[in-house]
Amino acid sequence: MNHDAYPDNYIRGILNSVKSIAMVGASPVNVRPSYFAFKYLAQRGYDMIPINPGHVGKELLGKPFVASLRDIGRPVDMIDIFRNSSHIMPVVEEALTLDPLPKVIWMQLGARDDAAAEKAEAAGIKVVMNRCPKIEYGRLSSEISWMGVNSRTLSSKRAPAPTQGMRLSLNRMSVGGGDTAASDRAAKNKSEQS
Amino acid sequence: MSDRLPGFSTLAVHAGAQPDPTTGARATPIYQTTSFVFNDADHAASLFGLQAFGNIYTRIGNPTNAVLEERVAALEGGTAALAVASGHAAQVVVLQQLLQPGDEFIAARKLYGGSINQFTHAFKSFGWNVVWADPDDIASFERAVTPRTKAIFIESIANPAGSITDIEAISSVARKAGVPLIVDNTLASPYLIRPIDHGADIVVHSLTKFLGGHGNSLGGIIVDAGTFDWSTGGKYPMLSEPRPEYHGIRLQETFGNFAFAIACRVLGLRDLGPALSPFNAFMILTGIETLPLRMQKHCDNARAVAEFLAGHPAVASVSYAGLPSDKYNQLARKYAPKGAGAVFTFSLKGGYDAGVNLVSKLQLFSHLANVGDTRSLVIHPASTTHSQLDDAAKVKSGAGPDVVRLSIGIEDKEDLIADLEQALGA
Repeated sequence: MNHDAYPDNYIRGILNSVKSIAMVGASPVNVRPSYFAFKYLAQRGYDMIPINPGHVGKELLGKPFVASLRDIGRPVDMIDIFRNSSHIMPVVEEALTLDPLPKVIWMQLGARDDAAAEKAEAAGIKVVMNRCPKIEYGRLSSEISWMGVNSRTLSSKRAPAPTQGMRLSLNRMSVGGGDTAASDRAAKNKSEQS
Repeated sequence: MSDRLPGFSTLAVHAGAQPDPTTGARATPIYQTTSFVFNDADHAASLFGLQAFGNIYTRIGNPTNAVLEERVAALEGGTAALAVASGHAAQVVVLQQLLQPGDEFIAARKLYGGSINQFTHAFKSFGWNVVWADPDDIASFERAVTPRTKAIFIESIANPAGSITDIEAISSVARKAGVPLIVDNTLASPYLIRPIDHGADIVVHSLTKFLGGHGNSLGGIIVDAGTFDWSTGGKYPMLSEPRPEYHGIRLQETFGNFAFAIACRVLGLRDLGPALSPFNAFMILTGIETLPLRMQKHCDNARAVAEFLAGHPAVASVSYAGLPSDKYNQLARKYAPKGAGAVFTFSLKGGYDAGVNLVSKLQLFSHLANVGDTRSLVIHPASTTHSQLDDAAKVKSGAGPDVVRLSIGIEDKEDLIADLEQALGA
């Protein structure tokens, strides 16, 4: 997979197929990006599992915190990593010990570790880096258009009026593949510097 | 579901718009409302905390305006956009995110006269200091860079003479200085030039001109290219630092490559207030659907009129980058191969009086202070748009006393030439 630009079909396929998502680094602080993403994905019907050893015994939006991936105790489709690039590798190595393996490992906006990605892909796991699943879901469903964001999708179909907690169709026509080349360039430069 | 790339004309008609989910209306409805109901207290809190996508109040966002924003972002190749009340409002909102009192920005000397005034006088009272540079001398931008420089501002096709700016060269200066390049793309429209493809980090427009195109609605827009890293060195605290307005959110960390557009919306538009009327957004959207057709006709007509004027004995000179003899023709071929725009100037051998005489005799051209209308327009910049500049600044910005500016419309070119011929003749 070319991790500089993902085809929309790749992202769409992941978001349409995964049901359970374990979020490593989920925060109970309601201004942290991980809290935003956790809440949004839960509202869109994903089975969300918060992973954060510092908060075991507490709940995030009704879901009990789990200390580590190994402690989930049931199969999980996707692991969404809210950690800096330098903390990615140990999480991926832990994910590779799970049985069954997760289908997808997703690294959040700003996080990228090409060596870890290579390891996961060698085990047959799909990898996404430096993206946010909330933003991508909002983009492919065009819900993010409310904020003037370029969804880079088109549709002449009438969508159902969105209500709280419903899944949205992600099957719109793509205007371009993956992210804009320009923004990828910026993200890549940043990860090379760090 | 193939990832095929639609063309510019398809985007001009479709991007951002879909049938209304509630009624099935195919044209974008005018959501003429101030506010939007919340589902419950948690939904309201999520929206106010920027955690959910949705509508709160038309000063922050409106569904009609959102279609316009996505449409222009798609046409410019940006990640997001924010529509505001005018082109001037767009400039205030952009610079509010970038400059603190005492900071500087570098601007090309060749700009719309209103921008020169805004930068020189209004912004001075905010403590934002403009430093002028010459777009024909790239080194003058390099020399103007100081540790307090926060941005560079240029026009892609510059008012009033339609000169073409070397966007890539100035983008290199901006990159080296570690500041974003802001390009006002009003006179080109994304049909002729897409500044992001040439290194712009932020694009602004007066939508009032070619994008709306019919001279009926004011509007402005800011497009975020998603290219600039706002986090380095703490230079841009509005983007990189926790915002007290939103309980400590860091916008770049949260919104990634469209954080600048979000900052303009939630820190700029929300607090400064220059919201665009949804009715104006609707009018401008309707205009954009025919942008490719109109823009080509504007350019073809402009070239024909420029050629006619260049051959007329009463005319001293014509500044139109589409003419092979023009000093900007090489840049026009590179940046605007489909046409060099439709706003340009010429000077009359008879000087100031001949200019005034010409304007009074024209029958089809309207004498007014706008450009980018379906109708052809004429103005004498020295006595109007650029009248507040001193004489030296007038000449430097291309608006000397003998200069007449035209904005060529989409009428039949033969009729425009005939009108100019009769007005120049007697």
